[in-house]
Amino acid sequence: MTAATIEVPVVRRPGPGATVGQVLTMAWRQMVRIKHNPFELVDLSLSPIMFLLLFVYVFGGQMAGSTSDYLQYVLGGLIAQNAIFLTMYTGTGINADLRKGVYDRFRSLPIARSAPLAGKIFADMFKQVWSIVVMLGLGLLMGFELRSVAGALLATLTLVVFALAISWISVLMGVVADSEEKVQIYAFVIIMPLTFTSSAFVDINTMPGFMQAWAKVNPVTHLADTMRGLLSFGPVTEPLMWTFVWAAAIFAVTAPLAMRAYRRKMV
Amino acid sequence: MSTDNAIETEGLTKHFGDLVALDHVDLAARTGTVLGVLGPNGAGKTTMVRMLATLSQPTAGTARVGGYDIVKDGAQVRTFIGLTGQFAGVDELLTGEENLRFIGRLLGMPTRDAKARARELLAQFNLSDAAEKPAKAYSGGMRRRLDLAASLVGRPRILFLDEPTTGLDPRARGELWGLVRGLVADGTTVLLTTQYLEEADQLAHEIAVIDHGKVIATGTPTQLKAKIGGQSLRIQPEDHGQLDAVRDLVAQRFPDLDPVVEAGAITLGVNDDGIMPALAADLRDRGIALTEFHLGLSSLDEVFLTLTGRRTETDDDADDEGAAENEEPVK
Repeated sequence: MTAATIEVPVVRRPGPGATVGQVLTMAWRQMVRIKHNPFELVDLSLSPIMFLLLFVYVFGGQMAGSTSDYLQYVLGGLIAQNAIFLTMYTGTGINADLRKGVYDRFRSLPIARSAPLAGKIFADMFKQVWSIVVMLGLGLLMGFELRSVAGALLATLTLVVFALAISWISVLMGVVADSEEKVQIYAFVIIMPLTFTSSAFVDINTMPGFMQAWAKVNPVTHLADTMRGLLSFGPVTEPLMWTFVWAAAIFAVTAPLAMRAYRRKMV
Repeated sequence: MSTDNAIETEGLTKHFGDLVALDHVDLAARTGTVLGVLGPNGAGKTTMVRMLATLSQPTAGTARVGGYDIVKDGAQVRTFIGLTGQFAGVDELLTGEENLRFIGRLLGMPTRDAKARARELLAQFNLSDAAEKPAKAYSGGMRRRLDLAASLVGRPRILFLDEPTTGLDPRARGELWGLVRGLVADGTTVLLTTQYLEEADQLAHEIAVIDHGKVIATGTPTQLKAKIGGQSLRIQPEDHGQLDAVRDLVAQRFPDLDPVVEAGAITLGVNDDGIMPALAADLRDRGIALTEFHLGLSSLDEVFLTLTGRRTETDDDADDEGAAENEEPVK
C-alpha cells in the first residue's frame, strides 16, 4: 500500500518567533478568562488583605512594640508569602485543563508543545503584579512608609522573576496530580511550613538554633529580606543575590522535571 | 481498489501496563471518505484516535496520516489534522467567538483573519446568535458544534471525530451529521468513532467494527448489514406467556434466524424484506395479539451479538479505556 502524501502548507510560522506568539496567545486566553470572571481577582485579593490586617493589628503590638513598626517589618514578608501561595494556582489551572481535554486540543495543533504551560505561567504573572499592587496599596493606607518608588518597581520585578522560576514546582504538581484538590494539598503542606520558618514574619534570631540554621538558608527568608530591603529598610544586595541563586536552582531542577512529566502524559 | 489512503495503520498496538488497549489493528481510510470505527466503550477507539492525532505513541506497529509517520513526523501530521475528542476541548469561560479566534491566533493567523475565520465558522455551524455568549451557556449540541468548529479553524484535510454525538439528542445528532457530510463533500477525510450502527451507516463509506482492541469486521455499510442482518425485528406479545409460542413460530418458519428472548420481547436480526409481512400474517392466524412489532436498524448490541455471540456492556459513562475490563458475556 502506498499512502497519499499531503503537501504541508508553508503558511505556518516556524521558529522561536512563532513560539513566542503562541505563548502570548495562550496568555491572552487567561486574560480573557479573568475578563469574563473578574471575581477571580477579588478572590485572590481577599486572603492577602486579611493576612495583612490581622498580622499587623493583632500581632503587631506584641511583635514589634507598635503596629506601625510591625507593618514596616512584615509587609515585605507578607508580599513574599503571598507570591509563593499564588504560584499554586498555576498548577491547579493546568491540572483542570489537562483533565478537561483542553490540552488534547492543544497537542493536536501545530504549535510548540511547551506553549500551553509557558502561556499559563506567563499569564499568572499578571496576578502576581496585581497582588503586590493590592498589598502595597493597602499597606500605604495603613501608614506604611515606602523607601522609594524605584524600590517598589524593583521589588515587583524581583517577585515576578522569582515567581516565574518557582511556578515550575506548581506546574510539576499540576501535571502529576490527578485532581486540583491534591495540587492544593501538596502546595499547602509545602508552602505553609516553608513560609513560616523564614524571616517573613519574625526576626529569625528569636528562633531556636536548629530552626535558625534552616531559616537562614530558606529561600523565603532571602525573598522576604529582599522585599523588606527594597520597600522598607535593611540590606538589599546580599538577599537579592541569594534570591536569584535560589530561583535559578529551583528552575533548573523543576522545569525539566515538569516538562518530562508533561511529555509522559502523552503515553 | 484505490491506493490513495489518507490514513493507514499497520499492526497498530497500544498497551497500558498489562492491558492491551489496541491489538495489531490494520485499517485504511481512502482520501475524501469517512471511515467509521464502530465499537463499544473500552474497545480501543479513543486509544486509536489519540495515537493517530499524535497525542500518544504506539507500543508497536506503524501508522501514516496524510502520508506521514505519526511517530517520526508528528509535527507535519499536526499541520493538517483536526481533532474533536469525546471531552469538549473548548474553554467554557470564553465566548464561542473567542474560542475560535484563540485557535486561529495560535495557528499564526493575524487577528483580522482569525476574527473573520471565527465568524465564518460560527455562521456555518449556526452559532452566530450565540457568538458572544460564554461556552458554558451553550446546550450540549451547541457545545459539540463549537468543538467541531474549533477543530476546523486551520482547515484540516483529515479530521478525527471521537464519538462526536454521544450524549446528544436525535435532533442535535442529525445536525452534526449534516455538518460532517458537508465537510466530506468539500474533500475532507474523516475518521469517526461511534457506538451507534446508525451513525456509521449514515456517514461512513467503510466501517470497521472493533472489540477488545481488535478489528472483528470490516466492510461497507451494505456489506456489513448483509453480514449481520442489519435490521432487527422486535416482537412483543401482549401476553408474556405467549413469548415461547412466538419464538417457536419464528424458529419453525425461518430456521436460519436466531430469535433472542429478553425483557418480555423477541428480537431477531433480519435481512429479507419478506420476513416481516410473513410473520405478521402467521401471528394473526394464531390469534397472538402484539403490543410491539417493530423493524429497526440493529443496535450496536445486536451487531455484537451476531459477530461475537455476546453482548456489550452498556455503561455509557465509562471512560473508553477504563471500561475495557468490565465486559462480561451474557447468555
